[in-house]
Amino acid sequence: MLNVPSQQRDGAVLVLEDGRLFRGSSYGAVGETVGEAVFSTGMTGYQETLTDPSYHRQVIVMTAPHVGNTGVNVDDDESSRIWVAGYVVRDPAIRPSNWRSTRGLEDELREQHVVGVCEIDTRALTRHLRERGSMRVGLFSGAAAQRPEHQLVEQVRSSPQMTGAALAAEVSTDEPYVVAAEGEKRFTVAALDLGIKAMTPHLLARRGIEVHVLPAASTIDDVLAVGDAGPHGVFFSNGPGDPATAEPQVALLREVLDRRIPFFGICFGNQLLGRALGFGTYKLKYGHRGINQPVMDRTTGKVEVTAHNHGFAVDAPLARPSDTPYGLARVSHVCLNDDVVEGLECLDVPAYSVQYHPEAAAGPHDAAYLFDRFVELMERRGEGEDTSEERARPGAPTSATDDAVDHSVGGFS
Amino acid sequence: MPKRDDIKSVLVIGSGPIVIGQACEFDYSGTQACRVLREEGIRVVLVNSNPATIMTDPEFADATYVEPITPEFVEAIIAKERPDAVLATLGGQTALNCAISLYENGVLEKYGCPLIGANVEAIQLGEDREAFKGVVARCGAESARSLICHSMDELLAAADELGYPVVVRPSFTMGGLGSGFAYDETDLRRIGGQGLQYSPTTEVLLEESILGWKEYELEVMRDHADNVVIVCSIENLDPMGVHTGDSITVAPALTLTDREYQRLRDISIAVIREVGVETGGCNIQFAVNPADGRIIVIEMNPRVSRSSALASKATGFPIAKIAAKMAIGYTLDEVPNDITRETPASFEPTLDYVVVKVPRFAFEKFPAADTTLTTTMKSVGEAMAIGRNFTEGLQKALRSLERAGASFHWGGPLSRPAALRALEEAKVPTDGRIVLVQQALRGGCTVEDVHEATGIDPWFLDQIALINEVAVLLREADELSPDLLRLAKRHGFSDAQIASVRRMSEAVVRGVRHALGVRPVYKTVDTCAAEFAASTPYHYSSYDEETEVAPRERPAVIILGSGPNRIGQGVEFDYSCVHASFALRAKGFDTVMVNCNPETVSTDYDTSSRLYLEPLTLEDVLEVVHAETEAGPVAGVIVQLGGQTPLGLARALADEGVPMVGTSPEAIHLAEDRGAFGQVLARAGLIAPKHGTAYSADEALGVAREIGYPVLVRPSYVLGGRGMVIVYDDDSLVTYVEKATEASPDHPILVDRFLDDAIEIDVDALFDGDDLYIGGIMEHVEEAGIHSGDSACTLPPATLGDGELERVRVATRKLAEGIGVRGLMNVQFALAQDILYVIEANPRASRTVPFVAKATGVPLASAAARVMLGSTVQQLRDEGMLPPTGDGGSMPDHAPMSCKEAVLPFKRFRTKDGIAVDSLLGPEMRSTGEVMGIDQDFGSAFSKSQQGVGSTLPRSGAIFVSVANRDKRAMLFPVKRLVDLGFTILATSGTAAVLRRNGIEATLVRKITERSGVVDPGERSIVDLIQDGTVQMVVNTPSGQDARLDGYAIRAATTSADKPIVTTIATLAAAVLGIEAQLTEPIRVKSLQDHAFDLDLYGRRSEVPR
Repeated sequence: MLNVPSQQRDGAVLVLEDGRLFRGSSYGAVGETVGEAVFSTGMTGYQETLTDPSYHRQVIVMTAPHVGNTGVNVDDDESSRIWVAGYVVRDPAIRPSNWRSTRGLEDELREQHVVGVCEIDTRALTRHLRERGSMRVGLFSGAAAQRPEHQLVEQVRSSPQMTGAALAAEVSTDEPYVVAAEGEKRFTVAALDLGIKAMTPHLLARRGIEVHVLPAASTIDDVLAVGDAGPHGVFFSNGPGDPATAEPQVALLREVLDRRIPFFGICFGNQLLGRALGFGTYKLKYGHRGINQPVMDRTTGKVEVTAHNHGFAVDAPLARPSDTPYGLARVSHVCLNDDVVEGLECLDVPAYSVQYHPEAAAGPHDAAYLFDRFVELMERRGEGEDTSEERARPGAPTSATDDAVDHSVGGFS
Repeated sequence: MPKRDDIKSVLVIGSGPIVIGQACEFDYSGTQACRVLREEGIRVVLVNSNPATIMTDPEFADATYVEPITPEFVEAIIAKERPDAVLATLGGQTALNCAISLYENGVLEKYGCPLIGANVEAIQLGEDREAFKGVVARCGAESARSLICHSMDELLAAADELGYPVVVRPSFTMGGLGSGFAYDETDLRRIGGQGLQYSPTTEVLLEESILGWKEYELEVMRDHADNVVIVCSIENLDPMGVHTGDSITVAPALTLTDREYQRLRDISIAVIREVGVETGGCNIQFAVNPADGRIIVIEMNPRVSRSSALASKATGFPIAKIAAKMAIGYTLDEVPNDITRETPASFEPTLDYVVVKVPRFAFEKFPAADTTLTTTMKSVGEAMAIGRNFTEGLQKALRSLERAGASFHWGGPLSRPAALRALEEAKVPTDGRIVLVQQALRGGCTVEDVHEATGIDPWFLDQIALINEVAVLLREADELSPDLLRLAKRHGFSDAQIASVRRMSEAVVRGVRHALGVRPVYKTVDTCAAEFAASTPYHYSSYDEETEVAPRERPAVIILGSGPNRIGQGVEFDYSCVHASFALRAKGFDTVMVNCNPETVSTDYDTSSRLYLEPLTLEDVLEVVHAETEAGPVAGVIVQLGGQTPLGLARALADEGVPMVGTSPEAIHLAEDRGAFGQVLARAGLIAPKHGTAYSADEALGVAREIGYPVLVRPSYVLGGRGMVIVYDDDSLVTYVEKATEASPDHPILVDRFLDDAIEIDVDALFDGDDLYIGGIMEHVEEAGIHSGDSACTLPPATLGDGELERVRVATRKLAEGIGVRGLMNVQFALAQDILYVIEANPRASRTVPFVAKATGVPLASAAARVMLGSTVQQLRDEGMLPPTGDGGSMPDHAPMSCKEAVLPFKRFRTKDGIAVDSLLGPEMRSTGEVMGIDQDFGSAFSKSQQGVGSTLPRSGAIFVSVANRDKRAMLFPVKRLVDLGFTILATSGTAAVLRRNGIEATLVRKITERSGVVDPGERSIVDLIQDGTVQMVVNTPSGQDARLDGYAIRAATTSADKPIVTTIATLAAAVLGIEAQLTEPIRVKSLQDHAFDLDLYGRRSEVPR
């Protein structure tokens, strides 16, 4: 049997909204799809990426050429399904090779009706997206690929934009569910599912936290109903779409902050904390998607290599803490590649968040300490400490931000 | 954190000569380190005995010591230079071992110069296997079950506990020297016994077998603020059991899920922290059980390694450079990523391509050696290729090896039995196993069959099957359509491979391909998979859509490098290429380097204006030339500096209309074609040893009878004397010719009269068409007949007179004129019975160019590049690049002696029976590298050179002498002198008798073959005495066939015991002078800068007060 991919595949075409076309072969399901074209630079972890709800409505371009080598296994899904709108790879694996693999990736894509394109110059496409920014894209294979090009371009141009898209509700759980704590239960946390990845509750649970995962449309009453006397902490997850559309969730977060319930947010959760504090959010030219991004924890001066997947970011001043409706807040983490805000920390209420993915999956585990910080925050809250003491946290030298802290002590605007 | 201000000067320890397991990757890392430190305003003191390195060029350090890397000499350098710190993590195991000795001797403390990078505790934790097991356990990871042994009894007991097979690993050896698999007690006694000897601490680790597991390596960087990044993951295609240096390796790892990869990453980071490598790079090797994913940590190197060089080239992340910055106090986030310039180095490179490294072996040089690949590294070099996918990378890498049969091939149909035979053969890892795998798959074996036989991951096997399927499509297609060509090219097929499948010529395939517009594009290695714009043009070809070659305005000079290191073509050629690039960039050219050797300085992305990491085949070079011609003006291509590889392309490139600079292809032909060269000699009134050319055995016999035996025979067009032998009779001649003509049907056999007892002279010269500049005249220590690459030599010549030098000069000029040289030329002469014979002339850079440059203090390679691009010798003299008057052929009377000595790898190679291969020298080159010793007189310089190659001459004790009859007269005076110096002489009967008759006392020792009938069973043969360390040096010159067996046993025992061995009578004389100097002269060290100043060829001494 011949395995040469292009010998058994339908033709396919990738059409960008600015009119650039790439012709290749079909991959996964045959058909058509549209979405926002974004590239991801991770060399491992495609299964996690595909099942990450944050990629809802996006067409992922993999910069790593070989995809599917380790097949698909039962452990590594980050949610119950593949979310990407389309998948673009250069060289699909012929068949999987890994002791954990249960089936081939392409079989999985076909079964979940994910349309893909392969055998195109993914690097040229990546460079195009880097220079022109993320844009809408259509993948057309089989009969669809035969249609006139101008029709295809039109179809792409008439598809919805990512800016202004409210998508959290589309990926969120319909019903609340509980992830039990591992070992002795120490805390109960309400986790708002805006597109949550399975690894997040897992890492919380591993720290003795019982995680109540709530739908995106939950109210403050729903949140307060968690636990015996309300939750010890509230968590906002990652998720797709434009944070500017998530007003109900921002309002919910404000209620949480008002009550000084310890809060931790990841990714979309970081953007919502930003908005709750009064910062703006904006769309990055082509986003951060990869598992090699250097982020500096400005409280310790240490650099961690982190997993990123965000197209939007918080617009907050780096130089010094800002005065917000919830007291002083500062940028705690920054991406060293481009100085994008990667984390926020409130100095007067127990709340912090990061733009990147400490839960990794896929990606390095350098930032796992952030889950411990959440535990510490809840511990201190439990002990009735004034959480504004947090900035003097033991074991967290503040060399990188001494200057900023001094400003805050002296009061600011 | 900014750099430390308490460090004003640093001693960098290099890695010494190129040996198997430690090659020019350490020149690359050392050169980077020196550059970085100097840029930071730190005074750099460097010690490295290897003159063929870029790092030892005087401009890379403030004080460069080409001295032996031994604690004794390095202490003398420290005492003289008083550096603030010592950096030993960039010079391989040699530097690390030396640093540990200096620490243990208290030298570092005495002079207050601590190690930076890794401290001694960290080095010992990383390298001491037992301690390292503790580290692994503390990191929550697993080591292979193992036991440490210090004696044979302990070894045997441990093997019983672990169960055979067991892995034997001696501690503190480099390149896995002395390690191997023992399947039973006999194996264990042999391998384990050797291992105990090799280990400086007499320590061997015996461990459970993880043969057949998947093997991975991670390259880790850490700074003193404890930021850690993984630079690269490397996956071995060959599973556990083959040394990683001998494995085909791939970057990034391709068959791990993220969870599995992150586990390796977590362990790596935990290990580097636990070991305590404060700053810098290290690598960690893992074995992963393919059945269940169980991870075993194999080892870590707390220093920059061969893999770091590979990882640097594979990712664009310059590990050594950044390691040097970390060592002086910077943190990763303070150092910019060179390639993007905008982003910091505190990230992890991500690749959008696949890198494949393949090893290059030299078993043809050691016919008796066991070619099975084991945990002892045997390869002498490597080639790296980059493709946008694995198939492209693999096929490019295989053709980069420049070895017939190394690439995949598709001859006629392959029968099932033939496929099964290939499969059977592939069970044992050997050089070329990958081709056996391809053939087995082609012949119908399934991926499962092959996986079962070889342990190679099915993913890789699938890819090879895919290549085979593309070949079927190619063969069966009606015509070469653009789509089909593109498909084949995407999977790395060369025009030559397509041609052979389609049964047409390569040129026709290329013509069709170009007519159809199917050409490669060039992508960029940018560390970030195109996430950020790259400012460094480090390119590789791929058959993809979009090219990234930028237009340019300045004229470009394309320099063809020398490809993978092999015996006969190594770092010396890279040296010349790199110099040319520097010199021409300085002169306003854009230089474009083409090479596929990841170990080199030439493939550092900031050596040239542009770097193409590409195979050096005609097709790949033509495509680069095409791409660069589209990009802007091309002044020409340089083929003269990279050795025989580019020189071999000269004709074909010129035929394709490629502009060449330097000596023309026609002139190259004049020098290389025997007939044409004969005419050059005749016109010049010079003579060569009688010779003839033969295309068959009969013709060869005719020639030999006419010119008389002994004759030297060899195939034409070779470098490093490949396939060259001296034969004494008809039978051996016939046997040779039949073998050789099989090996290269296109080229005839050259038959030369062999000159007995001739002095061999090597000349490197520069010719601009008018003016000759002699770089240096070198006199060989060994007589003609020993390959020049394996001979020791001196500059100035130790025994030649002015008259002889003048004859050499005149002859060299005539040859340069007659051939039409523009640039460098190397000539070998033999002086016999006062007649000067021309052995050969090569219109290219030679192996000795760097040695000459250092001995005379003149940048010969840079000058050569300039001459090739049109400068005259006079202009370069006026500019001050060359001395205003005189040259290296007329060294001043006060000039010290520079001695070059070869390093031979006999210790590395064993026969199937486990005995060391024979160490006799001959016309076939076998050395892997060289060292240089400079001192006031020949004896001292020679002694240094012997210490540099790790074959230190004895100071006292017993010396065994057994020489051939023809040498008996010549041995008397040297042996007499040894007795006078206090040595005792052991000799075999014939030699002892001669010595006794001449009043020299010698103890009679029996050879093995004389032992039958010996009365006293306790009497020990010479081999016993060598093995037990009684004998400090062996003098054994080979004679007729009878003594061969004994001679071999003696030499093999000496090689195993690691004692100096002298196999020619000329070397004996040199050794005696060396021994005497060692006993009477103090240790002297002098930097190259001072050497050049004192030599004063430029006449600047009077101008510059010092």
